[in-house]
Amino acid sequence: MTNKGRSFYMLPYYLWIALFVIAPVLLVIYYSLFDLDGNLSLDNYVNFFTPVYLQMTLSSFWYAFLITLFSLLVAYPAAYLLTRTKHKQLWLLLIILPTWINLLLKAYAFIGIFGTFGPVNNFFDLLGIGEQQILFTGFSFVFVSVYIFIPFMILPIFSALEDLNLSLVDAARDLGASGWTTFRRVIFPLTISGVRSGCMAVFIPALSLFMITRLIAGNRVITLGTAIEQHFLVTQDWGMGSTVAVFLIAIMALFMLLFGGARKGVR
Amino acid sequence: MKGKNKFANVYLVIVFAVLYAPIFYLMYYSFNSGGTMHEFEGFTLDYYREVLQDTRLIIIFINTLVIALLSSAIATVIAVIGALAIQRIRSRRAKNTLLSLNNVLIVSPDVIIGASFLILFTIAGIKLGFVSVLLSHVAFSVPIAVLMILPHLQEMSPTLTDAARDLGATRRDVLTKVILPIIKPGIFSGFFMALTYSLDDFAVTFFVTGNGYSTLSVEIYSRARQGVSLSINALSTLIFLFTILLVIGYYFINQRKGRPSRAAETAEPAAEMGVPR
Repeated sequence: MTNKGRSFYMLPYYLWIALFVIAPVLLVIYYSLFDLDGNLSLDNYVNFFTPVYLQMTLSSFWYAFLITLFSLLVAYPAAYLLTRTKHKQLWLLLIILPTWINLLLKAYAFIGIFGTFGPVNNFFDLLGIGEQQILFTGFSFVFVSVYIFIPFMILPIFSALEDLNLSLVDAARDLGASGWTTFRRVIFPLTISGVRSGCMAVFIPALSLFMITRLIAGNRVITLGTAIEQHFLVTQDWGMGSTVAVFLIAIMALFMLLFGGARKGVR
Repeated sequence: MKGKNKFANVYLVIVFAVLYAPIFYLMYYSFNSGGTMHEFEGFTLDYYREVLQDTRLIIIFINTLVIALLSSAIATVIAVIGALAIQRIRSRRAKNTLLSLNNVLIVSPDVIIGASFLILFTIAGIKLGFVSVLLSHVAFSVPIAVLMILPHLQEMSPTLTDAARDLGATRRDVLTKVILPIIKPGIFSGFFMALTYSLDDFAVTFFVTGNGYSTLSVEIYSRARQGVSLSINALSTLIFLFTILLVIGYYFINQRKGRPSRAAETAEPAAEMGVPR
């Protein structure tokens, strides 16, 4: 009797899981099985394996990889140096603060900065390079995305570095390891979990960005995210959109399995 | 060693400069009477006036606030229940399963959440608009609030509830007089995180909002797609100030708890979720 009474008030939470976690995934899979005319078919999946979609997937991965790589390259030293500062909590807060600002506004700022008459082009003019088309290129897309993702990369690496036992570093130095060897053999392996969660936090969203793509890259860059948005809101081909979504979910699940499992192993 | 330090400082300064430059760039040009984002002609407050006189924008702003407050309140209630449900489970495996289910919406890309909710609402026959936006904001705020509350529940010593029961407290009393007061800080931070998620969300809302109903970020997106308009700059300056106030408020709530290291901890779920909303 008591057990029943107890479970009863848990209902809203389980209802939430059923309605908003499980049902949507099932619905996406269900919809991916219908073509435009509402017939049950595997056409969408066949379509997905045509060069158009494969190339899109490939370029989407390539951009996500670039974004993750550059975020990591910038964020790791920054996180490392942050742990060495005084008042690090304050600095950390300052890193977090920009993430609280709507990313559309940040993307919008870059429309001005990278614009034809923007400061970057002015600078190029000064150097004598002349005006360049920066907006609506792959470069601006990667740059703005890296800009937006850097805090999400810094935070997990920062906390991994904070957990690092400094006496291990001292020991390595005492035993004659150079700075680079200490980093390569001691610091980096011990903070790999932070790097991994940082990369996860960047890579998957980077695969599915669509607003930055639209605002900054025009129609130059098409990612899986833009494809889904296009199919759902523009061409109204929900079946194909769902198929792309199913692939994105599968890729995501694969990554979580691969890296989530490995993370447990390390700990 | 000294030279190294100098290099370190320069690097950090550059990172911070790059992080903040676009934000200040936006704010600076919101005062430009020239009407563009490149040549500063003269100081003006016209765009602020424009924003404050734009009734459509003000209605949208109120919509956004109502959605944020309402959805976070509902999400926090569900999250308290969820945290209790997860905490109550003994079997480790079942607990992990439930936690993974809980986290699905945190790790899913927004586009997928948006698209799948759009299908869900269409099938359920819910008209796109206020209700669909509210429901989806509740839905994606629940897991993060659960994650903020759960550690407080886990820290709570089970002897406290046992003692209360031994002393004759009913189950309800245990919940309202023992458990809830103990996890109150978690509930507050859960509510706060839900609030920021909701205020910040663009992609999910973009999918489930119908014609005629809009939140601030959707409105900014549609305006920004039409090109530069300095009233967006003025608006973003106002939003930035508002955000800073919120952050300061949150910081003080955390300070009062006497746990200065919270900043890193609270930041982590946000980073884990990764999806810029």
